[in-house]
Amino acid sequence: MIREGLAGKRVLVTGATGFLGTALVERLLRCVPDLHVTVLVRSGRRTAAAERTRREILRNDCFDRLRAEVGPEAFDALIRDRLHTVAGDVGQDGLGLDDDGRRALGEADIVIHSAATVSFDAALDAAVEVNLLGPSRVAEALEQTGNTKAHLVAVSTAYVAGTRRGPAHERPLTETPFSPVKDIDWRTEVDAARRSRQDADTESRRPERLSSFTKQARHELGAASTPLIADRAERLRTEWVADQLVEQGRARAQSLGWPDAYAYTKALGEKALFETTARTGQPTAVVRPSIIESALAEPRPGWIRGFRMAEPVIISYGRGLLKEFPGIPEGVVDVIPVDLVVAAIIAVAATREEGVFQVASGARNPLRYRGLVDLVREWFTANPLYDGEGQPIVVPEWSFPGRGRVQRQLERATKTLAAAEKVLTSLPVRGRRAQLSGRLEERRTQADRALGYVRLYGAYTETEAVFQVDRLIGLWSRMDAADQAAFGFDPALVGWRDYVHDIHLPSIVVHARVRTAAGRKQGPTREERGRKAILDPKRHLAVFDLENTLIASNVVESYAWLATRHLPTADRARFVARTLREAPALLALDRRDRGDFLRHFYRRYEGAPAARLHDDAWDLFAGLILTKSFPAGIRRVREHRARGHRTLLITGALDFVIAPLEPLFDDVVAAHLTTDSNGRLTGELQEAPPTGEARAIVMQDYADAHGLDLEQAVAYADSASDLPMLEAVGHPVAVNPEAKLATIARKRGWHVEQWDKSPGGPRPLLPIGARAR
Amino acid sequence: MPRPGFVLDVDRSTPPTLFWHGEGYRLEQLPPGSRVIYPPEPLAGLPDPDAAIRHALRNPLGDSAPLPDLLRPGMRLTICFDDVSLPLPPMKGPDVRQRVIEAVLDVAAEKGVDDVQLVAALALHRRMTDDELRHALGDRVFDAFAPNGLLTQHDAEDPDNLTFLGQTEQGEDVEINKRAATSDLIVYVNINLVAMDGGHKSVATGLSSYRSLRHHHNVRTMQHSRSFMDQHRSELHSSNWRMGKLIAASGVKVFQIETTLNNRTFPDQFSFLSKREWEWSAKDRALFAASSKALDRTPTRLSRQILHGIRSPYDLTSVQAGEVEAVHAQTTEHVYRQQLVEVSGQTDVLTMGLPYICPYNVNSVMNPILVMCLGLGYFFNLYRGKPLVREGGAVIMSHPTPWEFHPVHHPSYIDFFDEVLADTTDPLEIEKTYEERYATDPWYVHLYRTTNAYHGVHPFYMWYWGAHAMQHLGAVIIVGGDPKAVRRLGFKPASTLRDALEMAEDVVGRDPSITHVHTPPLLLADVR
Repeated sequence: MIREGLAGKRVLVTGATGFLGTALVERLLRCVPDLHVTVLVRSGRRTAAAERTRREILRNDCFDRLRAEVGPEAFDALIRDRLHTVAGDVGQDGLGLDDDGRRALGEADIVIHSAATVSFDAALDAAVEVNLLGPSRVAEALEQTGNTKAHLVAVSTAYVAGTRRGPAHERPLTETPFSPVKDIDWRTEVDAARRSRQDADTESRRPERLSSFTKQARHELGAASTPLIADRAERLRTEWVADQLVEQGRARAQSLGWPDAYAYTKALGEKALFETTARTGQPTAVVRPSIIESALAEPRPGWIRGFRMAEPVIISYGRGLLKEFPGIPEGVVDVIPVDLVVAAIIAVAATREEGVFQVASGARNPLRYRGLVDLVREWFTANPLYDGEGQPIVVPEWSFPGRGRVQRQLERATKTLAAAEKVLTSLPVRGRRAQLSGRLEERRTQADRALGYVRLYGAYTETEAVFQVDRLIGLWSRMDAADQAAFGFDPALVGWRDYVHDIHLPSIVVHARVRTAAGRKQGPTREERGRKAILDPKRHLAVFDLENTLIASNVVESYAWLATRHLPTADRARFVARTLREAPALLALDRRDRGDFLRHFYRRYEGAPAARLHDDAWDLFAGLILTKSFPAGIRRVREHRARGHRTLLITGALDFVIAPLEPLFDDVVAAHLTTDSNGRLTGELQEAPPTGEARAIVMQDYADAHGLDLEQAVAYADSASDLPMLEAVGHPVAVNPEAKLATIARKRGWHVEQWDKSPGGPRPLLPIGARAR
Repeated sequence: MPRPGFVLDVDRSTPPTLFWHGEGYRLEQLPPGSRVIYPPEPLAGLPDPDAAIRHALRNPLGDSAPLPDLLRPGMRLTICFDDVSLPLPPMKGPDVRQRVIEAVLDVAAEKGVDDVQLVAALALHRRMTDDELRHALGDRVFDAFAPNGLLTQHDAEDPDNLTFLGQTEQGEDVEINKRAATSDLIVYVNINLVAMDGGHKSVATGLSSYRSLRHHHNVRTMQHSRSFMDQHRSELHSSNWRMGKLIAASGVKVFQIETTLNNRTFPDQFSFLSKREWEWSAKDRALFAASSKALDRTPTRLSRQILHGIRSPYDLTSVQAGEVEAVHAQTTEHVYRQQLVEVSGQTDVLTMGLPYICPYNVNSVMNPILVMCLGLGYFFNLYRGKPLVREGGAVIMSHPTPWEFHPVHHPSYIDFFDEVLADTTDPLEIEKTYEERYATDPWYVHLYRTTNAYHGVHPFYMWYWGAHAMQHLGAVIIVGGDPKAVRRLGFKPASTLRDALEMAEDVVGRDPSITHVHTPPLLLADVR
């Protein structure tokens, strides 16, 4: 009946790159012979629509079965023959189709619209464009091509019913009692959503807002350069706008009685669709699945695409991170395997059924929340995940608390952790102690994520609506035995224990790439792999910062050492006391702007005899610089050279101070002071000191001059103010990072090195030069 | 009349024995039946050292004219002297080098020699600091020469300041300091602390370069020097002697001045360290208790500073001058007179307490490689005849062996420890795979030449110094060392001497014979 109904037909599918869409296209191609599928795919920023089809649909392991069944050549031929791609975008009026696309739409016998923004925390305007306007746009585009005969099947969600108790029937929402849809004009909602994007954007540009973004960027990055701060502040602004729209979406949805923006826009989308097709006379069906999860059997048990709603929650639970999750123990968690939804859509399409069909398990084969939690705990107890030390993780027992309590607890934890992190990042610690802030940050992220889940999905575990499936079962009963065997969609087919234990959990555990075996990891550690990548022969340039990257010293110490060298003993003590008194002010200046600090500080060299400083620098080298050097760092420079990489030192230290270090590197970029006619230093810099973004520019120029590619370069630095330098290269390394950089390095997966001074070195309390005699 | 060395048989009534332990010392109870070898007591010093020096200069040994007759106006005279590695600990001023050089300079002045330069014979050791030079030479000499650039330190990596003299009959390259090679006369001023020092080794090693040194500073030579403290059975010395003969044959004239010191190693407040424990007075016991407690409680950094501040009240026991070989033969006899102790028979287990200092960490840190070198290079080799410990026997050393390195003095040691020893501890393998790279590394060369760093190849020599012992021994155990560092050296860590002795039994069998060398002060075991 199904195969006959679809034989020789042309089906156009939107949303084919999604979870449901991929499964649908695969099933149509594999199980219905002599049927042509056209997928409407949005061209990516860089990839054409056809390329996206190849990469994002055909390369998915969903097609492994078909490929294996017919053989790779026959598979390619089948795809060439029966699968076509047209470029288009359901977010645009007229679907953004070209002539080809319009022809394909005009010739289609069936149009299945499954494109949607499924994210529960989508921005309001994006959700409105795609979910609310998408279905009616498809209907209008069909009207424009004159194809009012084609059967339009739109995929919606069972949750359009809204937050309510009792049965939810398979009827258009306008015919459903207590539905919030009734009195709402969807056009007004569209206009309001579009306006709110503009309003949020305008609000984000107010001076107070802008300065707070800049302030936050400065706090995150420390004494970074202006372009970097500006860049970060702008990113914070766009994120803020996005957050506002997400918040507005949630608020608007909840004010009307839906759990989130997704359900709200989908509901209004249905209303708009039925209004449009009532006008055009298009035969239309709406299929409303509940929560779609991994496949029961087709194309293989456990097949899933992407990380969906329940998975992150389940994995977090398995890893012992999620200690509590709200929910009503006897409430129904309405889950439906993806292949059942696909089969239902195909059956509706093949029989040209109209009206609403719900594909949900709650009414016919309910899975209770407590039952699900028990199944999950049983499974993780038998198949635990393992922590970094290779020990099994014991999963927590849930007490089914109310949503409010969990949310409050998590909010409190998040706040405390954020405060602790803030204190720590403002302390001048570095190296291993700074890693503590990384751990704190990790904990806060975990708490944050848990809070996010609770806010987002809490409503779903508390749903008390029961989605009726009478029409679906009616359709099921009209199918013959062969169809029922090939296209099963009766929710009663699912045995929950087998499904959860043998199909769903094993699949998502593999999908999440968590550790499922005991014992320490074999093979090289992350650190060893990082080091290997850095020293790979393909790299060809290594750039080093000096202070706290190769030596634990700074320009102030060098200055104090050189200056005290020729002072009488009494003055030496006074000098040191004076410098110490100034230290906090100098430190503050250095934090604000490294370039300004250097310029200001180097004034002190005014009038110093250049020749004598050049001589003294050699004693400074042995007396201070080598003593405070990191031997492992110096060895690393030499390892790069031994591998034929060019090595470059970029430092704000003065040229004569680092002259003895020059043989270590191929090239050195340092600060130069000018000399007057009497051979005395003027205290003025010849050019701007190489700090902040100037370093990135110096590196780029250097790479260009030597025909090198910064993608293949390694940069070593210790502080967030060196970010332009680190970001410019393909292989950044944070050395003894201070808290801010440690956090950034962890987030971006940068290699981190902890280099220490040699423990046997002399440890003078104060940087006082040996008396010159 | 000082008493000769002594071998004590430990019985139940023997008081605990003093073991040096880095920057401190401990009393250990040795099992009954063990032997403890004590050095001879200090010989009497020469009553008038300066007169003895003047006498030696005018009454040379061997085929040499008296010094005044070798000097004439217009000649080039270069005075070379041993570096900071001698003596240990540094001696209380005036240093014997200062006395000798002042006497030589007096003669040179009398004879109207104007072109005089001083060269510190560093070989591949670190450059001395100004303070160290001043201590060795005295203010007068230092101030007269240093500011005018007439006091230099031998730079084995300065191609412009080296002269290649040729090859020995065995194909060994001989290359020495150019100023010395092109002088009309070299006066070499030596301090002969142990029997290895002096002779042709002074010039042929002290003033040479890596090109020359690698012919005798290698694993094969060290394994065939049994021991290198016994010049007649030492391949190290045979090679140096061949080189010395070639230097003489090339027309380079050397007037050798050698001195020996007695073993008054410790000043009064530490005199108990040189005494035999059962003869300790109440004062000695009190000083021991007070000083060892104090050192234990002081941070290592500070106790290190205190101990490195010790200046030994050595006395000059002899001074010889003239032709190298004749001088050295007599010098060696004087060393033996002070250090030789007759010991009958070898032992299964040899124990030693390693002090805070060795030739390569003056004013510095005794890193793990130097711990190995002091124990297996120096103390193990302080024998004549047969090694104190039998083949396949065990050495137990007591030292904290911290994972610490002086970043300025020992940069290549840090990399040697982290890179080379992490790979292998086999001296031959190390020599084959790594020596060349470290020896020619431009960064180490730069540090050796411009700062106070040992040459890049120096840690290899330290390792080769222990090659004979490593080949000979069945086990090496370090008591009280940092276990990680000890394992990196390829040895076994033990927390107490008792544990170490138990571990040694696994290698040498039950109820082993145990011998402890009670040094410093140094002794040379004449094993019959």
